[in-house]
Amino acid sequence: MTGFAFLLLLMAAILGYMLNRYAAQSVRAGGGRFHSLTGYHGMFSALLVLVPVLTIILAWLVLQGPLIDRMVMGGLPQGALQGLDTGGRQLVLAEIKSIAGGRVFGTPEDWKLAAADRLVALRETSGWLLVVVVAVLGLSIIAFARSRVSAGFRARQGVERIVSGLMIFCSTVAVFTTVGIILSLTFETYRFFQAVPVSEFLFGTNWEPQIPIRADQIAAEGAFGWLPVILGTMVITVVALVVAIPIGLLSAIYLNEFAPGRVRSVVKPVLEILAGVPTVVYGFFAILVVAPAIRSFGATIDIDVAPNTALAAGGVMGIMLIPFISSFADDALSAVPQAMRDGSLGLGATRGEMMTTVLFPAALPGIVGGILLAVSRAIGETMIVVMAAGLMARMTINPLDSVTTVTVQIVTLLIGDTSFDNPKTLAAFALGMMLFLVTLVINIFALRIVRKYREAYD
Amino acid sequence: MNDIRKIERDVNMANTKISARSVDVFYGETHAIRNVSVDIADRTVTAFIGPSGCGKSTFLRCLNRMNDTIETCRVTGDIELDGRDINARSVDAVQLRAQVGMVFQKPNPFPKSIYDNVAYGPKIHGMARNKAELDEIVEKALRRGAIWDEVKDRLHAPGTGLSGGQQQRLCIARAVATEPEVLLMDEPCSALDPIATAQVEELIDELRQDYAVVIVTHSMQQAARVSQKTAFFHLGDLVEYDDTDRIFTNPRDQRTESYITGRIG
Amino acid sequence: MTDVTNRPPGRTPNRASELVAASLKRRHAKQARLKWLGMGAIGIAFLMLFILVGSLVSTGWQAFTQTHVTLDVYVDPDEIEAEDLPRGDFDDVLVDSLASMLPEVGTEDRATARSVAGILSNGAQFMLRDLVVANPSLIGETITMTVPVSDPYDQLNKGLIERATPEALRRVKDNEIAWFDTLAEQGAVSKPFNWALFTNADSRFPELAGLKGALVGSFWALLVCFLISFPLGIGAAIYLEEFAPKNKLSDFIEVNINNLAAVPSVVFGLLALAVFINWFGLPRSVPFVGGLTLALMTMPTIIIATRAALKAVPPSIREAAMGLGASRQQVVFQHVLPPAMPGILTGTIIGLAQALGETAPLLLIGMNAFITSAASGPFDSATALPTQIFIWADSPERGFVSRTSAAILVLLGFLVAMNAVAIFLRQKFQRKW
Repeated sequence: MTGFAFLLLLMAAILGYMLNRYAAQSVRAGGGRFHSLTGYHGMFSALLVLVPVLTIILAWLVLQGPLIDRMVMGGLPQGALQGLDTGGRQLVLAEIKSIAGGRVFGTPEDWKLAAADRLVALRETSGWLLVVVVAVLGLSIIAFARSRVSAGFRARQGVERIVSGLMIFCSTVAVFTTVGIILSLTFETYRFFQAVPVSEFLFGTNWEPQIPIRADQIAAEGAFGWLPVILGTMVITVVALVVAIPIGLLSAIYLNEFAPGRVRSVVKPVLEILAGVPTVVYGFFAILVVAPAIRSFGATIDIDVAPNTALAAGGVMGIMLIPFISSFADDALSAVPQAMRDGSLGLGATRGEMMTTVLFPAALPGIVGGILLAVSRAIGETMIVVMAAGLMARMTINPLDSVTTVTVQIVTLLIGDTSFDNPKTLAAFALGMMLFLVTLVINIFALRIVRKYREAYD
Repeated sequence: MNDIRKIERDVNMANTKISARSVDVFYGETHAIRNVSVDIADRTVTAFIGPSGCGKSTFLRCLNRMNDTIETCRVTGDIELDGRDINARSVDAVQLRAQVGMVFQKPNPFPKSIYDNVAYGPKIHGMARNKAELDEIVEKALRRGAIWDEVKDRLHAPGTGLSGGQQQRLCIARAVATEPEVLLMDEPCSALDPIATAQVEELIDELRQDYAVVIVTHSMQQAARVSQKTAFFHLGDLVEYDDTDRIFTNPRDQRTESYITGRIG
Repeated sequence: MTDVTNRPPGRTPNRASELVAASLKRRHAKQARLKWLGMGAIGIAFLMLFILVGSLVSTGWQAFTQTHVTLDVYVDPDEIEAEDLPRGDFDDVLVDSLASMLPEVGTEDRATARSVAGILSNGAQFMLRDLVVANPSLIGETITMTVPVSDPYDQLNKGLIERATPEALRRVKDNEIAWFDTLAEQGAVSKPFNWALFTNADSRFPELAGLKGALVGSFWALLVCFLISFPLGIGAAIYLEEFAPKNKLSDFIEVNINNLAAVPSVVFGLLALAVFINWFGLPRSVPFVGGLTLALMTMPTIIIATRAALKAVPPSIREAAMGLGASRQQVVFQHVLPPAMPGILTGTIIGLAQALGETAPLLLIGMNAFITSAASGPFDSATALPTQIFIWADSPERGFVSRTSAAILVLLGFLVAMNAVAIFLRQKFQRKW
């Protein structure tokens, strides 16, 4: 039915185009002097149909599912849902849906079968309703557009206004995305803080998000102090930077000043390959190669290394960041004007001295900006740590230990079935909020430094 | 005035500082300098003039091997400083550049303090044993650059904060601080206003007392004002090289005459 | 000038150049040290890349073949009845044929015969069933079929299980090895290319698990991502680059886009979970939601690339068209956009390649479910290539280690291909103005 609606829309748009074009042509044949080309009259009608009707179809598609679900659930007999929490309700709904889809397991209650029938009927109705709406709306818009065709009508301006509107809409999507992120995080975080006090979250040193599933379980109450989590994130970030900064900067220095053109043209693309490797691959690399290597090395010198040591996750993350830092540093060094190089060499500096005493200090702001962006990446990096770091939150700064990170906790709290009414799920959003804020501040700061630096030498 | 110069010139003529023989320069396939031979006298200002793109700057950059830094550039021929081939394997470009200082077209102070700018050369070359010695070198160089009085109260302010003319004099002081024997100046006044230009020209005349100064300029008036010898370059050739007065009053070559009377350029 | 008196009476060139000469050796050594450090740094980066690729290839290549065993199966009408195929005992039939090939077992000893069944993959009985269902006349016949062996025997055949290991530490016992060797001596064992890796969806059994579901899921997700991010990204870029007035609002949008490009991907996953799944009620685990999320992440990349491509078109073209009386939109859409298209496409492909490798947001919207059939559309539950890698990397069976590496090699293959297309486009259509 949805496909039919789209087809109908397409036909309406083409019909509108043809009609208006034809009408415009016949006016012109009648001797009218036109303001706009006939094609624009056609386009005007087509766009006028496409934009609103497409919006309606998309909104319909997004909204019909939840709406129908609600109607089905609302239509269930009294007491059917008694004593069920959100998760239970979702299970019932899922069962009804699978019955409606023709997959029947066991012998469901009659009311479920009735609900399934109702679901199918509602879906059918919705589909037909959509087609009718599209047809009626499409035809009336075509008629309206047709009535506008005249010698004096500025079809081109009309078309351009619609196109402008569309483009402005496109550029606001980015803003909407940010707003969406902030709103959703704020909303869920607010709900989290209704269950857990802010002070406990911010200053608590205990992170044990497992809360009892049954009331009689003796399991811990659940503790939500994020300090050990952020501490673990910092440990891994520091390890990553200790690997990435020296290697990244030194390779940038070599590439920028000492490497012959041919070496440069080989090394740069290879570093780009390193940058393009998906992080899930790095994560697997960490558990397949790096962690066992560190462990067995630790064993040879009699040091006990945790199986998922922060060293492995952080080290591999460092490898991931090498090309990032190196390309930022290379760009920053290249942005230093040739006059600085000439001035230094002209005074008899070696190229090494020129690099360390003039170029590097001059490029430092840009390099620092790049490193800050790398820090924000390390904090937000997810897959490497999910695969290679630990799950238990510990107050430790020993990189040989297993630590956990903010992103690991977000993923493990939300993986699998989640319902939005327990603190465990909401805690993930609170962590996400902190992650978003921290990286946002670092990013804004870093981007500003980089931009200021570029302006200084333009 | 002319008489005085003549006497000095005679004195200095005997003392050739740099002698270039059959120098050719190639940029990749382009033949930028063709068979140039020239003797540059000590304690004299020598001007290189000619229309833009004639190779005068390129030739200047051969004299302290700044062209080494351009990958595609190739220099052939002999250039001798005090009778030593500067392109010989035994000569280190670093040492040569300490001996042959250079001032560039656009003032290019480092983004450091005025003090650190001037101290840069002495520091990297290890010319000062301690802070007091370095202070002394810096002050001497700034005085020689005729900018001491203007900056002595703000030695630790950034060099980039000075005006264009001050920056260029700072760059000259910076070059002088390494105690070079030759100073190369690549259109040092082209980015400056007339007043700053006059100050720098005055300074160049001062510097002649101690150094062989080679200046590239696109301004014939400037060449006439500051130099004793002038070389005229055209399309990569050294057309004429003689006393400045002679070049401007009685050029031997048709092209030189056309240039100084404004017909080519 | 004014400070004539301060001028030194004579130069001391010897002292200065002596000092310089004395310092040269130390300074050149220092420079060489810096250079070597730089080369060492690049060497380490290269070494890491080499180890990364090397370890993936050395573990992954084994997964591109799969040990099979060829059996003559007598489809016993006693066990399998045409009227009741789904309940036929295909397993027994297979075990019988296998046992008949192993003289030391024999068909009489049911208990041992049962354990012989462990040689075959669990999927073998379903393959036989499908054959018989498709052609019921096979009942009572003897058919020759080649079926995959189970994971431990596959590992044994590939040499991943050392025969020298003490029996207690080995997953395959001595008598089992003997069975397998007997089969091998009879020439029944083969190791063909593992097509199942591409034609099967996920499975609990490594020898049956394949990437089809993940590939199809990634395809739908990327298609949705492209259909959304491409028009939105180009529209936004054209507006911001060509039409937007330079004011606070457009500045704000620009800062917004740059920051969005640097927001951690897991945050987009949270957004998708809260907005698309919880508020809009869209289903979990489906490529449509995945594609939607990836589109939001890819859009900044496309916008930035498109703006750069538009900037590269020289203003003279705009002025020329404008001078002929074209409206601003006509200028942009007819004269500026076409030459910028290769650059835009290059940026888009690179953005899609990033999206293909993106994992974290897909985990949060549940695209890491265990799904044994390929999706038939963007609204069917599915996994994606990177999430499949994540699932397999987490699986305890040994056989999944090499399969994870193989899946990564497939993913990297796609990324290399996409980047190659991007580079080709850039080289081929790059215009010098």
